[in-house]
Amino acid sequence: MEITKYIIEKHGLNLEEFKSIQKLLKRDPNLLELGIFSAMWNEHCSYKSSRLHLKKLPTKGKQVIQGPGENAGVIDIGDDDAIVFKIESHNHPSYIEPYQGAATGVGGILRDVFTMGARPIALLNSIHFGSPSHPKTKTLLNGVVSGIGGYGNCIGIPTVAGETKFNETYNENILVNAMAVGHAQKSKIFYSKAKGIGKSVVYVGSKTGRDGIHGASMASAEFDDNSEEKKPTVQVGDPFTEKLLLEACLELMKDDSIIAIQDMGAAGLTSSSVEMASKGSLGIELELDKVPCREENMTPYEMMLSESQERMLIILEDGKEDHARKIFEKWDLDFVVIGKTTNTKNLIMKFKNKIEGNIPLEALASKAPVYDRKWSKKKLSKKKMELKTLKKVGLEEGLIKILSSPNHSNKSWVTSQYDQMVMCDTAQRSGSDAAVIRIHKKNKAIAVSVDSSANYCKSHPITGGKQIVCENWRNIISVGARPLAITNCLNFGNPENNEVMGEFAECLDGIKEACEFLNYPVVSGNVSFYNGTNKKNIFPTPVIGGVGLIKKLSKPMNHNFKGEKNIILLIGKTFGHLEQSCFLKENFSIVEGIPPEINLVNEKNNGEIILKLIDSGLLKAVHDVSSGGLLVALSEMSIGTNFGIKIQKPKRLTNLIGYFFGEDQGRYVIEIDPSNLDKVVKLLNENNVYHDNLGVTQKEFFEIEGEMKISNKELFKINNHWYNNY
Amino acid sequence: MKSSVIVFPGSNCDRDIAVALEKLQFKNKMVWHKETSLPKSDLIVIPGGFSYGDYLRSGAIAGKSLIIDEVIKAANSGCLVLGICNGFQILTETGLLKGTLLRNKNLRFINRDVNIKVLNNQTKFSSKYKSNQILKINIAHNEGNYFTNSKHLDQLKKDNLIAFKYCDKNGNVNESSNPNGALENIAGIYNEKRNILGMMPHPERMVDNIISNTDGINLFSGLIN
Repeated sequence: MEITKYIIEKHGLNLEEFKSIQKLLKRDPNLLELGIFSAMWNEHCSYKSSRLHLKKLPTKGKQVIQGPGENAGVIDIGDDDAIVFKIESHNHPSYIEPYQGAATGVGGILRDVFTMGARPIALLNSIHFGSPSHPKTKTLLNGVVSGIGGYGNCIGIPTVAGETKFNETYNENILVNAMAVGHAQKSKIFYSKAKGIGKSVVYVGSKTGRDGIHGASMASAEFDDNSEEKKPTVQVGDPFTEKLLLEACLELMKDDSIIAIQDMGAAGLTSSSVEMASKGSLGIELELDKVPCREENMTPYEMMLSESQERMLIILEDGKEDHARKIFEKWDLDFVVIGKTTNTKNLIMKFKNKIEGNIPLEALASKAPVYDRKWSKKKLSKKKMELKTLKKVGLEEGLIKILSSPNHSNKSWVTSQYDQMVMCDTAQRSGSDAAVIRIHKKNKAIAVSVDSSANYCKSHPITGGKQIVCENWRNIISVGARPLAITNCLNFGNPENNEVMGEFAECLDGIKEACEFLNYPVVSGNVSFYNGTNKKNIFPTPVIGGVGLIKKLSKPMNHNFKGEKNIILLIGKTFGHLEQSCFLKENFSIVEGIPPEINLVNEKNNGEIILKLIDSGLLKAVHDVSSGGLLVALSEMSIGTNFGIKIQKPKRLTNLIGYFFGEDQGRYVIEIDPSNLDKVVKLLNENNVYHDNLGVTQKEFFEIEGEMKISNKELFKINNHWYNNY
Repeated sequence: MKSSVIVFPGSNCDRDIAVALEKLQFKNKMVWHKETSLPKSDLIVIPGGFSYGDYLRSGAIAGKSLIIDEVIKAANSGCLVLGICNGFQILTETGLLKGTLLRNKNLRFINRDVNIKVLNNQTKFSSKYKSNQILKINIAHNEGNYFTNSKHLDQLKKDNLIAFKYCDKNGNVNESSNPNGALENIAGIYNEKRNILGMMPHPERMVDNIISNTDGINLFSGLIN
């Protein structure tokens, strides 16, 4: 078959790239080889536009065992315990086929974690939909939520935290990011680097079908009006098989049979074999006749590019084949030796006794293109907002508008569709600042949270980047955990657009600065470009997933008020920053100006003191102040408990709206027993931490003297209305 | 006290129930579905999960598996059998318990803590609970909507074979305290001899105050004599 310009373009490669392929091969590629280059050189697999920028992220630290570059990141949590985690996007498939797209997103990220020898212990997600009034949103929301639940519930790993947001920027391109967290023994972590020549390359798991061919290439182009036609590129998930694969792999990992292991994710058999062999500077030879196929007459091209789910590639030690086969057969899974490692440094594919393809591995991996794309600095809004001209809004009215909005409504409609309790180690479920998962049969625990702030990132990418890291850090701290490391999912528009590339570069600058300052390194992640339709790019939406450690778990700290007549303190300074606030968006549909500034020194200082106070047992409840400001934070502490607040207006600040709805950063609300007030205040003063004494808790009512009084029950009703009536 | 937990491919609450049983001093063994004999057991537990992926119909394939013949034999000779969630669904598929579990009324998976009321505290499973005691227990299922014919329902009532009913925190059994549409809010039932209990809620998730509460403990500790 002649490789025409049309075929090259269909493979998502440009003519320049095709010329490089000819140069690397010193000849024209055949169709199979072209398909393989397309799979390895697309944005999703090669990180060609992002690689230069990703280099600047801090990835090291005492706590880091494995940074980016493996299937997932690994951190040390003391003793022989390690936590393995990563977040990944499945945006494009989920927009085309929401249930399967979201389900296979969960399945894929789970494999990344158990490939490394970890038993997955928690799932999280960050899902972003278009405006609720957009005709597709309801179907997408239903499909994605049931897809995430369908996969996690069946495989039996609790889905413990996440965020569900709506913004019209995602009308034509939703975001579905899934994060998995696993626990492994430090001494039993498995990597993907092949070692040794002549070792068996084993295919395990499901059979290969024609689904998902060129899925990764689809995820590397923006959508147009014909996106629906891409449905056949979406994979179909089978969580039951994945459960079998999980148990079989963990069983085999108990001894030393495995040299290297890699899941067949994006670009399936191609990327798994290329990555293992190229990391080990070896060659690999595959006999494609042996690949277990679901359908008849599959061609080498289809086998190499299929993204059928629930498959793994393993390189085994000599003589371990029978032992390993027994385990996989016990779990009713295919187990076939399909090739061997070689010293050729080439990927050779044989089919029916003929060499069908022969590519030097370095051409696919280290020689893949890297682009220093043009980017432009964000032009910041200089417009000074005139708040005085806005219609007057009372505190109660403003609060109700926020609490009843889709983005702030109670999300139990979503979270009750996820099994949060299976495995019986979930000490704190969704709805808290962070979920808390106990390490099985130990008395330590990890805290996990995912966060994003697209509006902040759009208006000021550097501050936005910093802010999400800080907010995530704060969420982990609020449950009494020491933040250790993060994973990031970088969802952006078309990188060939200067402004989008600028947003990417600047968001990363912000993330880098905050991570470095807080000693909160990035250990894994994923970049998703080309989120947009017909040249309209989404808001830059980096998502941060953080993990922290609670060394000794009793009942974890949470944000619910615990009693009446306790004292409420606001930690951190309030300036009343309203630009880009949730208050202006929900009350006036204004999304303007720049986000609140991040002061990393205060952020760290305030966080450290909160951790110290929690550790000393001086706090009854802690909540970080984020979107919606102080009043929303206070209402979240009241809703769902029998206790509200009785507080006074601040004496100094004149702008009440700014005080109660401003989104100044680095703040927390704490509840303390009156008898501990002196001790707490002394500690705060000694550490130069600013605080306001707001008032006390009271039974059943939420009250700001002279301004508003509303019952907790009423607040709950307001907050609980939207999802159940959408 | 010896217990056996049956493990099907796709079971996922097997470890949870084993942890709970061991915590309460049961000598527990895990039994793989391809086994053709059971170790000597005083209690057999069929755990929750998605046995065989719940393909065809939840519990249907497990109900025809090799080990299940042994479970039926043991049950008929008086061994205690507890089926939780998917285990309850499997027990109805085998005919050891009558009735069936339909899709939840709202057609969605439901995971949350609900209240249930102990209707009969005169069985080995429930002797440590007070009559009408209200428990807070986690549910997690797609098909928990219990249904049976009116003749069987009459028998369940007449012979006091309803183990638990969904209720609110004050014990009211009504439509608003029914999470899944189950007939008369039924959350669990016994067979006629009361040695088999099938229930949708997960007592094994309620044995530890750090994680949830300890409302499930009495169900297991009542079995230890």
